[in-house]
Formats: sequence, structure tokens, C-alpha cells
Amino acid sequence: MRTKLHDIAHARAGDKGDTSTISVFPYRDEHYADLVRELTAEAVRRHLGTRGEVVRHELPNLHALHFVCRQSLEGGVTTSLALDTHGKTLSSHLLSLEIEVSD
Amino acid sequence: MTTTTTSVRIGCGAGFAGDRIEPAADLLDRGDLDVLVLECLAERTIALGHRRRLKDPDQGYEPRLRARLSALLPHARRVPIVSNMGAANPTAAGEATRALARELGLELRIAVVTGDDVLDRIDLTAPALEDGRPLQDHGPVISANAYLGADALMPALAAGADVILTGRVADPSLFLAPLAHRLGWNLDDPPRVAAGTMVGHLLECAGHLTGGYFADPGRKDVPGLADLGFPFADVDTAGTATIGKLPGTGGLISRATVREQLLYEITDPAAYLTPDVVLDLRGVTVEDVRPDVVRVRGAAGRPRPGTLKVSVGYQAGHRAEAEISYAGPNARRRAELAGEIVATRLGRAGVHPRTGVIGTPDEECRLRVAAITPTPERADDVCHEVEALYTNGPAGGGGVRTRTDEVIGIVSTLLPREAVTPATHYLEVPGAHETA
Repeated sequence: MRTKLHDIAHARAGDKGDTSTISVFPYRDEHYADLVRELTAEAVRRHLGTRGEVVRHELPNLHALHFVCRQSLEGGVTTSLALDTHGKTLSSHLLSLEIEVSD
Repeated sequence: MTTTTTSVRIGCGAGFAGDRIEPAADLLDRGDLDVLVLECLAERTIALGHRRRLKDPDQGYEPRLRARLSALLPHARRVPIVSNMGAANPTAAGEATRALARELGLELRIAVVTGDDVLDRIDLTAPALEDGRPLQDHGPVISANAYLGADALMPALAAGADVILTGRVADPSLFLAPLAHRLGWNLDDPPRVAAGTMVGHLLECAGHLTGGYFADPGRKDVPGLADLGFPFADVDTAGTATIGKLPGTGGLISRATVREQLLYEITDPAAYLTPDVVLDLRGVTVEDVRPDVVRVRGAAGRPRPGTLKVSVGYQAGHRAEAEISYAGPNARRRAELAGEIVATRLGRAGVHPRTGVIGTPDEECRLRVAAITPTPERADDVCHEVEALYTNGPAGGGGVRTRTDEVIGIVSTLLPREAVTPATHYLEVPGAHETA
């Protein structure tokens, strides 16, 4: 079944310099496996259109995926020319991604 | 005097400089706290403080210090308050707090922690951690502050200070230090230092942990955000933390809110570097105990790094931002045309702005033009070009808003720990009723 990530997961973005961190948590722990399969670093990089490297950390203990997106904030909060200099809205952008889930 | 106990209740009364004040007063009144931390210092704030200090040697600390402490000190009743509101001038922050305590008639021992200002000992030709270019190539350097660790706060805690004011200290260290002091932890004990650092990381954004910045109506509902309660943690000697908030306050504490904050701004969950420990969050468990009570444990740690991170502020120019609205059919095309006109004219003067269209095409959208320029006059030019669209641009533009501000950039470097020497001094305000 195809579904919008927003239907099964919540997310939070943070920033450190020019790096955005985005963590994604399924509402139901059993969807963690779906996220691990579907929400690859490459899928996230493509969806957000960031130019830098995206690294995915799997945290099975917390049922969380954590994405570290380098060079994704136009230089970072202090000198960025973007409207959202922190990239706070990236977490919500990510939740519009469609993925395949098992049920 | 050190009194170790088996459990400590630590609260967070501010997660940033502009945070609400009354939730912290509520925590002091009803929270049965052992210590309250106010985290009010963002990366760039300290560089702005240095600018103010250059103009006036009595300034440079957090501008809202007086408003915040005048609201909170009468509620503290000797619950120690730890805060980085000293910013670029902890000594002046201490003096201001002493003056305030006298006005309020409060007996107070104020500790001021200094030593984070390392502008006189960094090598400006050293490469920035961010891009490898020499620090001084980014722009005129105006500040350099090392992230001090929990060890810098221990003398003030041992001396029984009521208010501890610091400049740059790593945010989690503001929490770890009082936990270590009260629980008798050794700062050379990585498992406990890791636990205390994790608690600090969870608490440091205040309302983030109690359902602030979490609500998504229909998906993640949070009650009472207009009266959000701020968090506290009960931490035991083993480092297990039980997170809670006061009854009757708004907000929500759950496994979901706590997990979002646990990973917030963490660039490596296996190795989060702080001045106190290399924190590993991979084994952490977060469990709901009952509504609005969550237990967290399982942080691991490796010994602290031999270097301290230094945040270096530099003058990065002047930023202009200007917007104009277009609506109805073809709105996006008109907004894009407006952007091309502005970019063409600014380009002739050597300014190449970032232009973008925000909003819904064919309903209402705004052209946004932004640029960083070397001088404030050039930044004003950017704003004037967008305003001029009123009579020189496409049809139907409205709602121009413009702003300019000075830009302070931040880059980082490292210093050997030995090059940084924290110091503490005290300001006493004797009580009116004090007996000799």
C-alpha cells in the first residue's frame, strides 16, 4: 500500500552549521521496518533536493531513523539567504514523501 | 559544602533567549526543584553581545536578564539558578544581578564563571572546521568563545552560589554540573557523565520536551499550548531520568515528544562530542510510565575529547530581504518577472540576489529577494529596487515589506583544553536581616 509518510510517521529537523539533521519516527513501532526499507538516504536526498551528502543512522532501540544532511542549509543559519534559515520546515517537507508500507 | 542525595530534581526554565518567563516561575513555586537552569545563549548571540560590549563595557550580557531574573528571583527561595545569560560579559551580568538583588531586598550569592573568551589566543590563520579555509578569510573576526564544560561550574556549585552566570558553556554541561554536584558524580566517570549529558540535552530546549514544537492538528494533538508547562527531570544516582511537568500545565510528555528532542541537532548519535564526554545514544530506551511521565536511560559515553570547540564570530556583511505580493491568474509569472527585473538592475551594480517565489501560484504568492552586501548602503539598494516595482514592475504588486540587518557569521575551530582556564568570582548581597 502506498502512503504518505505523514500518515505513519512524525519528524523533527534540527540544524548545526550548514548541516540539517532530520529524525523520523513511526507512530507504530511495526512500521520501523518499512521505513528502513523505503526511506533510504538517497530517497531523502532526492526528495529534499539537497546538494550535499545525506547519511542515514538506524536506531532500532528508539525505532527511529536519523538523517544527517550536509551542505543543505545554504551556508547555515547565520549567513543563509533562505527564508527559513534554520531549515526547520525540512521535516514537514520530508513527510510529504510517498512510500510503500506493508499493510 | 556538598550534600549528596539519591535523586535530584532539575528543571529547565528557558530554552532560548526569547522564551516565555512564567513557566519558570511556576516551576520554582510548585516544582520542588533542587536546581533551575535557564539556557539563553544561541551560537550567534554571543557575537552580537561582543558588539554591544565594544560600544559599552557594561553591556554584552543577555538583554533580557533583568526582566527574567526580576520575575524569577523572588520565587527562587534559594533554589540555585544556573544560566548562560552572561553571554559576552558574565562579569557585567553579575553586577546587574547584584544591583537587582539589592533593589528586591534579596540576600544572594552570585557566582560569575569566566574563561570562555579566547579571542586573544586563537590562531586566525588556522582552518575553520566547516570549510578548511583560514578563520580570518571569512571576514573580520569579532569574537572567539570556547565551549566550557561542567568542570568550569563545579567551584561555584561547591561554594553554594544562588545564581551562577556563565558565558559560553556547552548547553548540556549547564545541567550536568549541578547533577554531578548533588549526586556526587565524578566527572571522570563516562557512564554517569553520559547520563547527565543526555538529561541536559533533553531539557535544554525547555518546552520542546513538553510538547512545544510538536503539535500537528489531527495527527499529533497537544493540549494547552498557550499555557505550556516546562520540564523537569528526576535523576537518580545511576543516571536514570524520569521526565515530568507540573500538574495543570499545558503540553504533553510522551515517548514521542522525548524521542524527537533526544535526537534534535545530533550530527552523530553514536558520538556526540561535548566538553565532558563523547555521548552514544544508540542504546537509549524511552518508556511511557504514565500520562506526562516518561523514563529515559541507557546513554553510554567515552572519555571527553582533549580539545574544546571554539565558536568564532566574524562580520559577514549586511543582509537585505524584501518581498512583494502578486495574486490571481498568472500571479506566479508576474512574480517571476518582477524577480528578473530586480536581478537585472542589481546585477549592474554587482549585487546578485537570491530570488524566489513563495506561496500558491494563481492564488497568492510573494516574490522574495535576499542578498548579503558588503555595506549597509548596498543592502538598502536591494530594498529600494523591490519598492520601485510599485511603479516600474508587473501589474498588481502589493504589500512590499523590507528589512536589513548586520550579519554575524560563525565558524569553529579547536583549542587544546590546557589553553582554556575557567575562573570563578563571587558577588555577595548580604540579607537585610542577616545576623553577624
